[in-house]
Amino acid sequence: MARVLINFPQRAKRGDIIEIKTLIQHPMETGYRLDNKGAAIPRDIINCFTCTYNGEEVFRAELFPAISANPFIAFSTVATQSGELVFSWSADRSQTQTETRQITVE
Amino acid sequence: MRQNYLLLTRRRVLLTAAGAGLASLAPAAEATEAAMTEAIRQLIGEAPLEPGKVKLELPSIVENGNTVPLTVSVESPMTQADHVESIHIFNEKNPQPFVAAVHLGPRAGKAYVATRIRLADSQRIVAIARLSDGSFCSGSADVIVTLAACTEQ
Repeated sequence: MARVLINFPQRAKRGDIIEIKTLIQHPMETGYRLDNKGAAIPRDIINCFTCTYNGEEVFRAELFPAISANPFIAFSTVATQSGELVFSWSADRSQTQTETRQITVE
Repeated sequence: MRQNYLLLTRRRVLLTAAGAGLASLAPAAEATEAAMTEAIRQLIGEAPLEPGKVKLELPSIVENGNTVPLTVSVESPMTQADHVESIHIFNEKNPQPFVAAVHLGPRAGKAYVATRIRLADSQRIVAIARLSDGSFCSGSADVIVTLAACTEQ
């Protein structure tokens, strides 16, 4: 399991636009590099990132090899109600990683 | 002097040969301006593109092409009737013209995304936003890269 950093305000007023910052540890191997024997290193990138808010998808990103290693993604969403935010990263080779965080909306 | 010159050329010849060998081994080719235009064409079809509405923020001079901070924002009320559906980011000179495609909705509150990208050369980055009424608008930024992201080693 890769290390993940997720940062957003834990408490928010209803209707506030909150910024969510995410970062996951991943090499984002482009598939264009060669190893020391001259063989191509196979591509292994996180190709999709999604965020759902109480089950509803609020953000989705398709990523390509041009995204840096340890992909950082920041986006915004409207705090509508208390509940859970589920973040998931799916990669070419490694397992899909899912993280859940709670948010309190007043 | 003359010897030096010979050495240089011989070295250059060797390098070129090695480069050709590597190029034949390396998977896929290099993106060009034409590849980017083609990628954009596939996205928008024949629809008109309104330039300027999409704002790209990234440093104009980049010291390390391996991680370049990039922020894209679009002026939009982000209501159910009028919002940005997706933002697509393209580049000219990386091996592939695609950088990322993000899908938003009225729940986003504002049309905004930030990430870090790789740049293989000094080039122009283009972002295209698809609006809920089906139209497209774009924005671009030029970047000078002093240390390119490594695509070969």
